[in-house]
Amino acid sequence: MSYRGMVAGIVSFKAHQGDVGEAYYARPTGDGPFPGVVLIHHMPGWDDWCMEATRKLAHFGFAAIAPHLYFREGPGTPDDLAAKARAAGGVYDNQVVGDVAGAMAFLRAQPEANGKVGVIGFCSGGRHAYLAACQLDGVDAVVDCWGGNIVVDDPSQLTPQRPVAPIDLTEKLRAPVLGLFGNDDKNPSPAQVDTLEAKLKSLHKYYEFHRYDGAGHGFFAADRPGYRPEQAKDGWQKVISFFHKNLD
Amino acid sequence: MCSYITETTAVVGSAKGPEGWVNVTSANVYFDHPYHAALDHALSIDFLSPDSSQRVAVELSAESARELVARILSALATGEAEHG
Repeated sequence: MSYRGMVAGIVSFKAHQGDVGEAYYARPTGDGPFPGVVLIHHMPGWDDWCMEATRKLAHFGFAAIAPHLYFREGPGTPDDLAAKARAAGGVYDNQVVGDVAGAMAFLRAQPEANGKVGVIGFCSGGRHAYLAACQLDGVDAVVDCWGGNIVVDDPSQLTPQRPVAPIDLTEKLRAPVLGLFGNDDKNPSPAQVDTLEAKLKSLHKYYEFHRYDGAGHGFFAADRPGYRPEQAKDGWQKVISFFHKNLD
Repeated sequence: MCSYITETTAVVGSAKGPEGWVNVTSANVYFDHPYHAALDHALSIDFLSPDSSQRVAVELSAESARELVARILSALATGEAEHG
């Protein structure tokens, strides 16, 4: 079901260690109850596409929040803050997970909430989404869109900011997982996607993986050459269906 | 996948940003998803003021970035020959 009206804008929320963060929040008009979704942006930051995707989720009936993971670098524009975060080696995993926990609490505190919350992330945000689902209680569904470095082939790639390969935490995962991947992607490569699937399967976790031929990394981004309309349309339908199935 | 790999170098000079000219003392260089350019990946350069409070940024295609490197080297070679 889609909703023709929505409310969207910037909100404050209690982030990691009580810091006051900012987020983009969009929900359908009406009293609800609406399931919630936390959307985690990619490394380049809290950009226009992230806002569009948040509104798209609201259009399909979810109260969606996209926390700005780089707000602590501010003040400044999202692109400048992303540049600062990048120069510092990226944000720390535990801080991101804490921010996601805060965004989840924000959603559950809203009068229109139905109490269920999913998490979705794109690119590095896909890794963060998987990580959060392994480390937080209360994640009811998780969607990993081409998250790289969930599988880490070279341990030297681990850093103080990203000290773990999330695949190694899979045993703690409680939420059902939807994974979308392009078969032309290099990170995650098809072999890494197979490795992740094998881990989920061996631990008897619920998962759905969909691999798209003719698509590489970030094939949802309509303003980039890598956009693949057919695959993106199918992928979005799978995201919406998966969240409704697990969160309604 | 988003890359965290960033090259950094000290630079001497000035750059013009939204608030006018500023001294720049460092540059971060990386190849990743751009913020603005309609490219899947871009060679990005952030020229930074001494306290990193101001940034002058460019996002270039890989091909044009390589061509720019060649043109910079060419301009330096001919210019330095001309000016001694």
